[in-house]
Amino acid sequence: MTPLLSVQGITKRYGAHIGCADVSFDLYPGEVMGIVGESGSGKSTLLNCMAGHLTPDAGEVVFDTRAEGPRDTVRMSEPERRMLSRTDWAFVHQHARDGLRMGVSAGGNVGERLMAVGARRYGDIRDKASDWLERVEIDAARIDDRPTTFSGGMQQRLQIARNLVTGPRLVFMDEPTGGLDVSVQARLLDLLRGLVRDMGLSAIIVTHDLAVVRLLADRLMVMKSGHVVEAGLTDQVLDDPQHAYSQLLVSSVLQV
Amino acid sequence: MTDYNFAYLDEQTKRMIRRAILKGLAIPGYQVPFASREMPMPYGWGTGGVQVSAAVLTPEDRFKVIDQGADDTTNAVSIRTFFERTAGVKTTTKTTDASVIQTRHRIPEEPLTEGQILVYQVPIPEPLRFLEPRESETRKMHSLEEYGLMHVKLYEDISRHGHIATSYAYPVKVEGHYVMDPSPIPKFDNPKLGDMAAIQLFGAGREQRIYALPPYTEVVSLDFDDHPFEASKADHPCGLCGAEDSYLDEVIVDDAGGRMFVCSDTDYCEARQAAGHRGKDAA
Amino acid sequence: MYVAVKGGEQAIENAHAWLAEERRGDTEIAELSIAQIREQLSLAVNRVMAEGSLYDPDLAALAIKQARGDLIEAIFLIRAYRTTLPRFGASEPVDTGEMACDRRISATFKDLPGGQVLGPTFDYTHRLLDFKLAADGEVPEAPMRDADLGDVPHVTEFLNREGLIEEAPYDDTPPPDLTREPLEMPAERALRLQALTRADEGFTLGLAYSTQRGYARNHAFVGELRIGAVPVEMEIPELGFAIEIGEITLTECETVNQFKGSKTEPAQFTRGYGLVFGQTERKAISMALVDRALRWEELGEDNVGAPAQDAEFVLYHADNIQATGFLEHIKLPHYVDFQSELELVRKLRREAGVDQVQEAAE
Repeated sequence: MTPLLSVQGITKRYGAHIGCADVSFDLYPGEVMGIVGESGSGKSTLLNCMAGHLTPDAGEVVFDTRAEGPRDTVRMSEPERRMLSRTDWAFVHQHARDGLRMGVSAGGNVGERLMAVGARRYGDIRDKASDWLERVEIDAARIDDRPTTFSGGMQQRLQIARNLVTGPRLVFMDEPTGGLDVSVQARLLDLLRGLVRDMGLSAIIVTHDLAVVRLLADRLMVMKSGHVVEAGLTDQVLDDPQHAYSQLLVSSVLQV
Repeated sequence: MTDYNFAYLDEQTKRMIRRAILKGLAIPGYQVPFASREMPMPYGWGTGGVQVSAAVLTPEDRFKVIDQGADDTTNAVSIRTFFERTAGVKTTTKTTDASVIQTRHRIPEEPLTEGQILVYQVPIPEPLRFLEPRESETRKMHSLEEYGLMHVKLYEDISRHGHIATSYAYPVKVEGHYVMDPSPIPKFDNPKLGDMAAIQLFGAGREQRIYALPPYTEVVSLDFDDHPFEASKADHPCGLCGAEDSYLDEVIVDDAGGRMFVCSDTDYCEARQAAGHRGKDAA
Repeated sequence: MYVAVKGGEQAIENAHAWLAEERRGDTEIAELSIAQIREQLSLAVNRVMAEGSLYDPDLAALAIKQARGDLIEAIFLIRAYRTTLPRFGASEPVDTGEMACDRRISATFKDLPGGQVLGPTFDYTHRLLDFKLAADGEVPEAPMRDADLGDVPHVTEFLNREGLIEEAPYDDTPPPDLTREPLEMPAERALRLQALTRADEGFTLGLAYSTQRGYARNHAFVGELRIGAVPVEMEIPELGFAIEIGEITLTECETVNQFKGSKTEPAQFTRGYGLVFGQTERKAISMALVDRALRWEELGEDNVGAPAQDAEFVLYHADNIQATGFLEHIKLPHYVDFQSELELVRKLRREAGVDQVQEAAE
């Protein structure tokens, strides 16, 4: 089977400082990959390199495109990459404000990606937006309200709806539950798990929260100082960590 | 004003502007940056249109200037006088007699013909400006045809008001690519933009942009399939000439709420009156 | 019966005749001469030259007279005139190190080669209205001494020798010309400086002040401020070498700004630069602060979202001729756009059921 995403030797430096070094892995359709590590471990740099927000110094990010099969997205032209970002890819930011248009209604937020790829029937856009609001457990009656009137958890769910409405094949998530209350986190995780299962989504989730990966990720990579120190099936890594750093991470969670 | 060159600008500058115009004609709807000059009238008062007119005028031309459709509003008078003095060209108020027409905020009612040039004064050439203030980003959005945001604006209008609440400077798509600001003409005029026999040139002096529509260009007003674009106007006939098909100005006639509607295109109205048409308020 | 408004031409002529009369004011009072404005309102003349980007004190004085003292209007007159002038060529870069300084101060060193020269400054004057001036403006001659003919080196050169300040390498690439090419983003520093030197003084001052109050603070010291005349040289193609064609007065400000350094670069000071026609020191200092704030990207600083860091924001709004024109254009007729808005609002209100009462009453 062709991997949906094949990452080869991704390296990004900031001057003398290493963002991430020589990271490689394959992601198969329907798979969820978790990337964990403390802040500064390079996991967000890696995510941004894969999603095209940063240009890596070396390496390839090969995506299995619908039209032309595997293509290196790092060397793709900007129009092609931006096209991917609004069709087959989605990016869920840690802070919903970064991923939403705060001055635009909930319906407009969800509808934007549809309109960006050519949807031109207002009624259809609206129906789809209501449907998606319901799916992320937001009352469809709030469709014309702005996200500024939403709670933090609702904003995050709206951001997810806005990203998933065009049925992307690959979702990048950067600390999707970060900054939310514990009870709100649980509900969001539950929702995400349902969506991942129902839609058969492929996703890459960056988080420092092991509970998130235990619930959502099939496989796991542990990063430290820009390097991947351990990778494997989620349960395997969490239950029987091999690398000293992974052991530390897991034990620090168990203590909580 | 004989110390100045024909049509005020020096030949070097005119050549530079003509190059921008030609580029604009070659890429319909694309905003061509040009080195706009300081003119002896303020930015925002038609300096873009004046520079474009100066670059296309020849001594044989017959020039017409309208502002809000009228030949005799103050700024139209001022610009017409400017070219009478600096270019010595003949001027006219008759749309059909003019070879170059400079306009602010209207397209004449009388259909234009091949060989005529319509020059628009443009305040803000960037249709995405109020959605994205950054020039570096809007230029990228145009080149990548990323116009989803434009439709978000229309979507928001409908969800709030039940209609697209843009009544002038209504954005259009040119030849299936560039989204273009047609200058603040009422949306009533939008259908005239497409497939026009005349050359349409747009000059934005302060913003240093020129863009153009060659004759018979496809121009489509943005809309939704189930909320189609509608060219609307006040639902009255002209009080003076009785025209039912022209864009109307509302005039307040007394302090008791009395008002009447008259053609904004003064030449069209006068020609109709001369041909014997009478509205209900005519003498 | 309604008659459409006519006679715009006559109205305009009459308005202009009245304007001319108002400009002259009471004819019992002696008329101002250009020389009086040039000599006695010289700082106004300097501002008009700087923002009009044309060094000609007599023309600037004439513009001030014609504009009834409205300096932005005067700047506009100068700009409109300037654009019609033929361009014979470009001068050699002026050497401000060769400046015959009337004023030269440094806030960073107490004493330095060339000395501190206060010059004709408002600094340390007590701002008390001088009622004597109302009656008689004649003043006794100021004390004089012979000028020191020694070198007056730039203060930043001392720091440069020790490597304490960033290098400002000599670069002879011809700078872009703001008046001949459209301003396009991103703008390199040469272009930014060009826009700032003729930017509105008030706007530049406000931006500079905002950096001092924490909106992209860059800890500026006035390394040096100097005002004086510099020779202007131009290479004449027929001669094959440069000759002096005149002299202009300039104000130059170099700020020394804090810089923490990074992992790859040792800590050193950075520079902000201001150079403006005439004696215009408030403008030159403001310009240096804004220049420094705009350099955040090349110096690897954080963009804190401050207005003074935003080159598009600063450069697209700093020109007072563009700004005033666009601002004032909203008094032009907008009947057509307003009419279309009027109809839309009526339609929306009708649909919302608000206007039924009024409509019924008509």
